[in-house]
Amino acid sequence: MLTKRIIPCLDVKDGRVVKGVSFVNLRDAGDPVEIAKAYDKDGADELCFLDITASHENRKTILDVVAKTAEQVFMPLTVGGGVRTLEDIRNLLTAGSDKVSINTAAVERPEFVKEAAGRFGTQCIVVAIDAKRCVRRAPGAKRRLDETEESCGSAHSWEVFTHGGRKPTGIDAVEWAKKMEGYGAGEILLTSMDQDGRLNGYDLELTAAVSNAVSIPVIASGGVGTLEHLYDGFVKGKADAVLAASIFHYRTHTIPEAKAYLRQKGIAVRLAEG
Amino acid sequence: MIAIIDYGMGNLRSVQKAFETVGHRAVVTRDPRAIADASHVVLPGVGAFADCMANLEQYGLVEPIWKTIASGKPFLGICLGLQLLFTESEEFGLHKGLGVLPGRVKKFPWGLAPDRVPVPGLREGQAPAEPEPVPRLKVPHMGWNGVTVTREAPPLRGIASGEHVYFVHSYYVEPQDQSVVATTTDYGLPFASSVWRDNIFACQFHPEKSQATGLRIVKNFGEWS
Repeated sequence: MLTKRIIPCLDVKDGRVVKGVSFVNLRDAGDPVEIAKAYDKDGADELCFLDITASHENRKTILDVVAKTAEQVFMPLTVGGGVRTLEDIRNLLTAGSDKVSINTAAVERPEFVKEAAGRFGTQCIVVAIDAKRCVRRAPGAKRRLDETEESCGSAHSWEVFTHGGRKPTGIDAVEWAKKMEGYGAGEILLTSMDQDGRLNGYDLELTAAVSNAVSIPVIASGGVGTLEHLYDGFVKGKADAVLAASIFHYRTHTIPEAKAYLRQKGIAVRLAEG
Repeated sequence: MIAIIDYGMGNLRSVQKAFETVGHRAVVTRDPRAIADASHVVLPGVGAFADCMANLEQYGLVEPIWKTIASGKPFLGICLGLQLLFTESEEFGLHKGLGVLPGRVKKFPWGLAPDRVPVPGLREGQAPAEPEPVPRLKVPHMGWNGVTVTREAPPLRGIASGEHVYFVHSYYVEPQDQSVVATTTDYGLPFASSVWRDNIFACQFHPEKSQATGLRIVKNFGEWS
């Protein structure tokens, strides 16, 4: 039986992990390779690096990080952040990344996803969607300036944002996911901007809406604070994989704890072998 | 020396690193002479079937692959490198493969609209009384799944049924001769997740991405003679 995946995500800036990471017994808590090895030992199913390096010159550092990680860790590795050209993708794959995630560049030019999937295969193209609740509007209608999460009530949908969540696009997240599947995305990495960082659970409604609308795997992201949230992501959100940062970084819970909990609740997970 | 065939597709570095980590020397090459001189040969691959075949032809690698297989030296196919060994693939039309193993590469029927999913055991013209429950599984089949070992191929030494390996694929192989199947894996249907015939071992999963279990297979392959 295909098991559900647990994917720790690391924010990498100028080649170093940012956001607190409180692994014990690490020589260097900011070194992505060290942290990747620790997660590998813990039985993480995949790893995700999000490159948040601001300056263009320093972007090459991620390639170095990927290359060093791939030399020591034998599990799938996804890298996202600032992927804009076929050249970017080729460089990341050559360095040792297995998948790349595309966000803003896909919205700016959807054909890019088609070209990338055609060139490198759908299996390595992840489309990342940052979505936020908004009032359900007629197609093409403008977003209201005064709308808030509360004012959405039950008649809400989700809007795609780009540029790290700063820029609204007017695109409906569920429709966008379907379109990206048609363009050759092999997987959707779905982040709820309303929930991200709040530690009170994934946006389950959003996750289920997208997961039911596409036939490719969906990774839930944004909001995990407890192990029950992971369970809900799989069962209520119908996610194929869950991404989490804080609960693992701060050692609120370890991956073996998460897997033991999920297994006991009847979710098929892989326990580390050997 | 192990030769990893480079035909411009896929992430070969991780395959090479996996071999090096378990103590085997490996080179990434498209030189037919290096392939002929190697003690073991690996055909990796990701991407589309037709593109990969086109690249193999363009680089003049089809003949060297046939020769190396005929020579009897251990040969490992990974993912698309498994599929390419078969007669033909249904990926984006019908495409000829290397034809080393008789059989066809087919797409998982899941993820399609329910009315396009074949309902087993239904006679022609017979309508089901109740809508049949249709497995709605995601395609690609992506993630960690278990293997059931049916024949203990030398590279599978020490691998037990139920161990998990990493998959990412939308197509699976259906060998004409089922006796070549070495492991099966269940994804809505049981499919051949690896095959073994003589000096050929080929797997749909990625041993180079399957942590300890995968590295053991890589190590075993390098020790196979």
